[in-house]
Amino acid sequence: MKNNNLDYTQEYKYGFTTDIENVKAPKGLSEKTIRFISQIKKEPKWMLDWRLKAFNRLKVSKEPNWQKPKYPKIDYQDLYYYSAPKSMSEKPKSLDEVDPKLIETYNKLGIPLNEQKKLSGVAVDAVFDSVSVATTYKEELTKKGIIFCPISEAIQNHPDLVKKYLGSVIPISDHYFATLNSAVFTDGSFVYIPPNTRCPMELSTYFRINASETGQFERTLIIADKGSYVSYLEGCTAPMRDENQLHAANVELIALDDAEIKYSTVQNWYPGDKNGVGGIYNFVTKRGACRGKNSKISWTQVETGSAITWKYPSCILQGDNSVGEFYSIAITNNLQKADTGTKMIHLGKNTKSKIISKGISAGKADNTYRGLVDIGRKALNSRNYTQCDSLLMGNECGAHTVPYIKNKNSSSIIEHEATTSKINDDQLFYCNQRGLNQEEAVSLIVNGFCKEVLQQLPMEFAVEAQKLVGISLEGSVG
Amino acid sequence: MLEIKNLKASINNKDILKGFSLKILPGEVHAIMGPNGSGKSTLANVLSGKEGYKISGDLIYQGNRLDEISIDERAQKGIFLAFQYPTEIPGVNTSNFLRTSLNKVRKAQGKKELDALSFLKIVKEKSKELGMDEKMLSRQLNVGFSGGEKKKNEILQMKILDPNLIILDETDSGLDIDALKTVAEGVNSSRDSKKSFLVITHYQRLLNFIKPDFVHILSDGKIIKSGTKELAIELEKTGYKGIN
Repeated sequence: MKNNNLDYTQEYKYGFTTDIENVKAPKGLSEKTIRFISQIKKEPKWMLDWRLKAFNRLKVSKEPNWQKPKYPKIDYQDLYYYSAPKSMSEKPKSLDEVDPKLIETYNKLGIPLNEQKKLSGVAVDAVFDSVSVATTYKEELTKKGIIFCPISEAIQNHPDLVKKYLGSVIPISDHYFATLNSAVFTDGSFVYIPPNTRCPMELSTYFRINASETGQFERTLIIADKGSYVSYLEGCTAPMRDENQLHAANVELIALDDAEIKYSTVQNWYPGDKNGVGGIYNFVTKRGACRGKNSKISWTQVETGSAITWKYPSCILQGDNSVGEFYSIAITNNLQKADTGTKMIHLGKNTKSKIISKGISAGKADNTYRGLVDIGRKALNSRNYTQCDSLLMGNECGAHTVPYIKNKNSSSIIEHEATTSKINDDQLFYCNQRGLNQEEAVSLIVNGFCKEVLQQLPMEFAVEAQKLVGISLEGSVG
Repeated sequence: MLEIKNLKASINNKDILKGFSLKILPGEVHAIMGPNGSGKSTLANVLSGKEGYKISGDLIYQGNRLDEISIDERAQKGIFLAFQYPTEIPGVNTSNFLRTSLNKVRKAQGKKELDALSFLKIVKEKSKELGMDEKMLSRQLNVGFSGGEKKKNEILQMKILDPNLIILDETDSGLDIDALKTVAEGVNSSRDSKKSFLVITHYQRLLNFIKPDFVHILSDGKIIKSGTKELAIELEKTGYKGIN
């Protein structure tokens, strides 16, 4: 009997390379490299000192090794820590001065930056390797007092805010990769929403890795002042290469009294080929502090790319009545590995957290949910609800759930539900019999499985994410 | 419409159909009756293209050899299987599923795809005919549906997809008399000179409502006796053991 036509040749759509002349830091990790980065970004002395403090800490810090996906030792002296298009050496004053090759790159990625073609209702900061290329809608946002700019610009123009909040959620000494990032971070976005302001559009940063042998060290800082609201989304892609490239980001969110931050990620780094050669090591620290009363931070992540995804977007619920949410879809296919989840640290009274995690494994992939719910002694009347569902496709993949649960007072309630299921031949047959081919059937069933999480994404991105879920699993059912 | 010649099918080296032949013309309703394990569901699966069976013999549908056509293409060409146990697909909206399915079929037939609004009009009208609660359309596909709701949902899909060859696999199982009547009316109102039905059932009860032109008794992978409606009545009296 003839099989349904399966397209095994579907390639990673964003795997192209932009041929462009770069300025790089000297290879390797050293004080010299850090001084180079700080100098090229024209940073004030306090910033350089902060970086050097982190570098000193790094010298006595050890790379963690408790995670499930193991990887070959990274030679930190064989990496470039800064790479930027030469044309960006003098910051272009307007978009007209930006190298057309860069504009074209973002067009190809579906992120037009031109004034006429830019996405409506979405302000974009475009980060290419170690620099921000352009930021759209900046003026309109400025009128409302909203700051949305590359963090390197914020260090120069808004030093008080940066000094006050940078490293306040993820301290320099937090762990090896966070410390490394603090020493060598290059670009990322800075957002400040003034009191009682609702950001009128989605803010979004698009990260692109282009140069080879280069690590990307993104740093993002978002501050929502009292009574404000912002929805922010990040996307990421990289060229197809045989080498593994490191993306070690630090993202810090701060929500003051009655403020809300909604942070969404659609992560589509190059996952490596069918045999597990190449792909990004996505080792990321994301943490939000609900510092004020009644504040809320909601993380939504759709993780489909990367050779290894290793991250736990977390919430520290300090303010009374604050709320933390984590909605996650992690898809691993072929030889991809993921160890991801969240930490909900309840410190304030009446704090609530909700965790919805959907893990999907296909091929020979391995997918781990790891999460911590920690309700402190003083966090009276707090609640957590956790639901972890895993879906397996085929017989060679793995799914694991590792919850850590601590409840230190008797008035709080924690609920945890977990399921593991296999994609079911009857469901596929049913869809096929209604005229859907194998790929469409898989996409439909998996999208159904992920629905609760997909619903959390901003409208503008939900459709793209649904397609991505389907594409990531192509060829996974024979 | 459909011609089956000397069909043999086995699964995991177990022979199930052992030389099955049948010819169905447009507009005809054929009933296949047989005891458990006689190969009824295998016949439905093989006709719709389910994988895992080793097959020999001829399966000709509208002049095409079916063994060269995948499951989804058969569906697009108008073969519809009303499942005995419709599967649950969590998170997938019933109405959206049905529209996706209809548009796949329409596209394959060179027709224009329907937008959400025109589809909604059709689906509301058809579900009303089947006495279905409209709310069901916004629920997850078959999730938490009662036995009757699941079967009605199958008939609704049949009415909307408007196929040529309809295989009803024990559609009567698990239905109370009222649901059975509704389902049968749904089928009867779809009968016309172009459509053919293959009604697979254990009991003659269903055939009181859906009147077949021909009745065939399936036993041990072969048709052992063919006749008209009266054969089903005779069978009810004597049981499968009495027929040979």
